[in-house]
Amino acid sequence: MKIISYSFFISVGRSVRTLLYYLGGLASLTMQTVHQIFVPPFKGYRVMVQIKKAGFDSLPIVILVSLFIGFIFALQSAYFMQRIGSEMYIASLVALALVRELGPVITALVVAGRVGASITAELGSMQVTEQIDALEAFASNPIKYLVVPRLLALIIVLPILTLFADIVGILGGYLICVYKLGISSSMYLQVTFDSLLPKDLNTGLFKTIFFGIIIAMISCYEGFNVEGGAEGVGQSTTRSVVLTFIAIIIADCFFTAIFYFVFP
Amino acid sequence: MIEIQGLVKNFGSHRVLNELSLKIDSGSTCVIIGRSGCGKSVMLKHIMGILRPDKGSVRVDGKDLSGLGERELNALRLKMGYVFQGGALFDSLTVGENVGFGLIEHTNIGRDELLERIEESLSLVDLHGITNLMPSQLSGGMKKRVSLARALCIKPNLILYDEPTTGVDPITAASINELIRSLHDKLKVTSIVVTHDMKSAYKVADRIAMMYHGKIICEGTVDQIQNSPHPVVHQFINGLAQGPITETIESGMKVS
Repeated sequence: MKIISYSFFISVGRSVRTLLYYLGGLASLTMQTVHQIFVPPFKGYRVMVQIKKAGFDSLPIVILVSLFIGFIFALQSAYFMQRIGSEMYIASLVALALVRELGPVITALVVAGRVGASITAELGSMQVTEQIDALEAFASNPIKYLVVPRLLALIIVLPILTLFADIVGILGGYLICVYKLGISSSMYLQVTFDSLLPKDLNTGLFKTIFFGIIIAMISCYEGFNVEGGAEGVGQSTTRSVVLTFIAIIIADCFFTAIFYFVFP
Repeated sequence: MIEIQGLVKNFGSHRVLNELSLKIDSGSTCVIIGRSGCGKSVMLKHIMGILRPDKGSVRVDGKDLSGLGERELNALRLKMGYVFQGGALFDSLTVGENVGFGLIEHTNIGRDELLERIEESLSLVDLHGITNLMPSQLSGGMKKRVSLARALCIKPNLILYDEPTTGVDPITAASINELIRSLHDKLKVTSIVVTHDMKSAYKVADRIAMMYHGKIICEGTVDQIQNSPHPVVHQFINGLAQGPITETIESGMKVS
């Protein structure tokens, strides 16, 4: 029994040490990245390239996913609302859920899966083929050259993509309510706009800035720490997506609690 | 001059460099030989300041790299060229952008002059008309030559070559050897060449140093190395299957 408890504590201790080591590395990379943002020279075109990759190229999939989320949410709400005769409030539910919660989180998860994975794979391949060493050899800071543009691009594009997701999701709910459940178009739109406050939109968009930071930093950190060739790139990419998903959900819970209890 | 004193580097519990000391005169070509995995590339990365030593020092032109800030270190790096083992060309850039990378990033050179320098560097390694190709469209040997052109484009005083002739055909290998020699003869560029290609080593070297178990065990001119009585050097340069190097490995395997 004693042996079991000792090994249990040793194992917990090792896990905590690994977690702290990881968080320390991540924090160190984040601080160096923030520092490098303000170090000249400033090359805006690198950020523009990343905005195109992370933003414009993600737009079709974000639109598709949020449209179907709008459909699903309207149908699931209708199941209960019809039973209590409150179909017209489906519009409120769809709008609030999308703008406050689903729009930001679903967009962040889609971008994490699409862009975050690609960042880790790209930086990981650069690491194993010595391209990151080559950057240093040619007097270019790899953090400034690779991480800063990706971080800034994700901070810029995630709120914009979320805005698109909110609008398209509400449109999805509109299509179901108006063409399937027989609610009038003007009624749907009026209830939607009446139920939404500027605060709802602001809180939703504010969170996405932090989601962008989470995606950029975890993806880049995993990419920089790839070991062991192609297999290592695959493992780091998987770990990057899993950790980013978990971190986004935890951060979302944290921000929701703050907005509910501190800024009600 | 490059002066390495008591250099120690560990990766985890594995000691790669073990009190390594070496002096290389300006304008000379020093070839570092040794078995794969003995720490030759790790030593080059310390000279470039990409890796930091756990102990000991690396001095380039009298400056201790450990004591330099990022700006000073970068200024020094722009006087050095590094030819990576696998080329390490940037996948997302064209051949021309790769070759001109140092100039594009760190100078305000005009477009015409830049193109001229890129073409000039590529022609030095016998490559023409490939500036718009992507690295993925090149063969292994071409990648290595583009990597060499990239190093030459910044007109360095010191060039570090990490196995420049490995994986290229014998004719390309001979032309790379000649290029290393001519850079030494015409421009007095200091070169450090890491290789286990002894033919190449004899052709380009002013001095040869042999690395074994993370330190330099023997150093001298080509003649001195060829006639060295040291059993490890003798086994390595003659490519013998039997000798102290393989005996150590076999006894290690038996113990384990």
